[in-house]
Amino acid sequence: MLNYIARRLISSIPVLLGITVISFAVIHLVPGKPTSIESALNPKVSLQVRERLEKLYGLNKPIHVQYLEWTRRLLKFDFGRSFSDGRPVIEKIAERLPLTVTINALSMFFILVIAIPLGVRSAQASGSWFDTITTFFVFLFFAAPTFWVALLLMQFVCIKLGALPISGITSLDFEYFTFPQKIADIARHLILPVGVSCITGLAAVSRYMRTSMREALQQPYIYTARAKGLPERVVLYKHAFRNAVLPIITILGLSIPGLIGGSVIFESLFALPGIGRLFYEAVMMRDYPLIMAEVVLGALLTMAGNLIADISYAYVDPRIRYGKK
Amino acid sequence: MAKSERAHTGMNKLLCTGIVIIGLLGALAILAPFISPYEPTLIDATSLLMPPSCAHPLGTDSLGRDLLSRIIYGARISLSIGIIAVGISLCIGVITGSIAGYFGGLADSVIMRSADIMLCFPTFFLILAVVAVLEPSIINIMVIIGLTSWMGIARLIRSEILSLKEREFIQAAKAIGASHMRIICRHLLPNALGPVFVNATLGIAGAILLESALSFLGLGVQPPVPSWGNILIESKATLGVAWWITLFPGLAIFVTILGFNFIAEGLRRQWDYNA
Repeated sequence: MLNYIARRLISSIPVLLGITVISFAVIHLVPGKPTSIESALNPKVSLQVRERLEKLYGLNKPIHVQYLEWTRRLLKFDFGRSFSDGRPVIEKIAERLPLTVTINALSMFFILVIAIPLGVRSAQASGSWFDTITTFFVFLFFAAPTFWVALLLMQFVCIKLGALPISGITSLDFEYFTFPQKIADIARHLILPVGVSCITGLAAVSRYMRTSMREALQQPYIYTARAKGLPERVVLYKHAFRNAVLPIITILGLSIPGLIGGSVIFESLFALPGIGRLFYEAVMMRDYPLIMAEVVLGALLTMAGNLIADISYAYVDPRIRYGKK
Repeated sequence: MAKSERAHTGMNKLLCTGIVIIGLLGALAILAPFISPYEPTLIDATSLLMPPSCAHPLGTDSLGRDLLSRIIYGARISLSIGIIAVGISLCIGVITGSIAGYFGGLADSVIMRSADIMLCFPTFFLILAVVAVLEPSIINIMVIIGLTSWMGIARLIRSEILSLKEREFIQAAKAIGASHMRIICRHLLPNALGPVFVNATLGIAGAILLESALSFLGLGVQPPVPSWGNILIESKATLGVAWWITLFPGLAIFVTILGFNFIAEGLRRQWDYNA
């Protein structure tokens, strides 16, 4: 196991390097300098001021020196200061991160709890009306643009029915609430964002689960299990399900970038102060240090997620651990 | 992999439905100037925020522009962005994938490692970051979506070629002295394109979805050019006042995505990939 982890860690070093190179290149190699946009907006900025800005952010140095300095600071989690308010970027991200993680963890939880049983059930009853209906909804959920669904829900649930708050994370009179009321208030605000961010994941995971379960059910060991007279329940859940659920771990790892990217849309829609909305604001204000920091962190989180997924896969499935590769 | 007769008819239905949907949309997009009742950018101060009526079947927006015409013209933008973006990612993916699969060795590790790296980035973040630096324009969006979505195709092509290149007909081609180029283009790629086609169809749906999300955030297709995403921007301001502005453009995106997904799933079942 340790051997596998070591191999997996070593193989992610070039990926790590590549991530830093691409994040850096995205901002620096495209035509135009960050400072030129900043100053173009303000005609009063003189050449001297521009030079001072360039010196401040090290933009007057050769590109490879800039890259090395930037990665050196990256190692210390120093992403520089935000253009917009001068606060350290890492601080701004740290205060926004918990909300995004909470929402994504919640939606991941609901996706797994709902989609896995659905997938297993429709694989097991393949061709039945249950399977047909789930497949139908999988198609619908998969094709629905999440921001559109969010807008429709806001329109009907929040405005027409007035059943749920439309945006933000707390009500206006939040500070006067007692503790349980506060929890309830936050929960009410989170229902829509979490629900909407589940949609695509629900479709994807139940689909994968169905395929994977169907494949598992066709394996020879299932015939063996049935032939020796095991109850269907044991065949399904002990023999087929345990093997079929494993690939879901990889799928979860692979879905992290989508979740992070998706948070940009629904956090700005529902006015939630998470890192997605922070990123959107940074893009709108051309706040380059913040943009770069979030791109790198997003990629690093994904890499870490994939790493954890692979290692836990190897942990539960010895075939991977002792595999040839 | 035995198929039941029922599944057999079902898959054709799926494929047909998808082709009909996309065919109709394509026709709408191509014939937009002849079909749409108004100019998509025609501002009419006498009919602001009109609900659907005979004059405006899908209503008007807050500038009095006809929603139906805007959605029909939006089909042009969305479909062309989807198709060209996927065209770009197909080019990159097919070339890199076949080099990696055919030659192996260093080229393979470099290309596949790059794909791994690209797969780590939340695509939406990367695209937004690039848009922040470059100006958002239709061309930029096509190119950026293409550049950030070739990895799946490259991996597919590579694995197909890896399994094909040990086959006898490739050895035969080598034995009669066919060049690498000829083997790849004439013998390997045609046999590897099936799953790639399925993947590319899904890719078009994905690109259209990405474009609409970008435009919805105001960082994609810029007004006054109508795209389904940027028509929806206005629905944020008219929430609870003009339901038709929210419903119809989104429905257009939804139906398009559904159509492409039907085609992809239909093809997959037709050709019997269980992936």
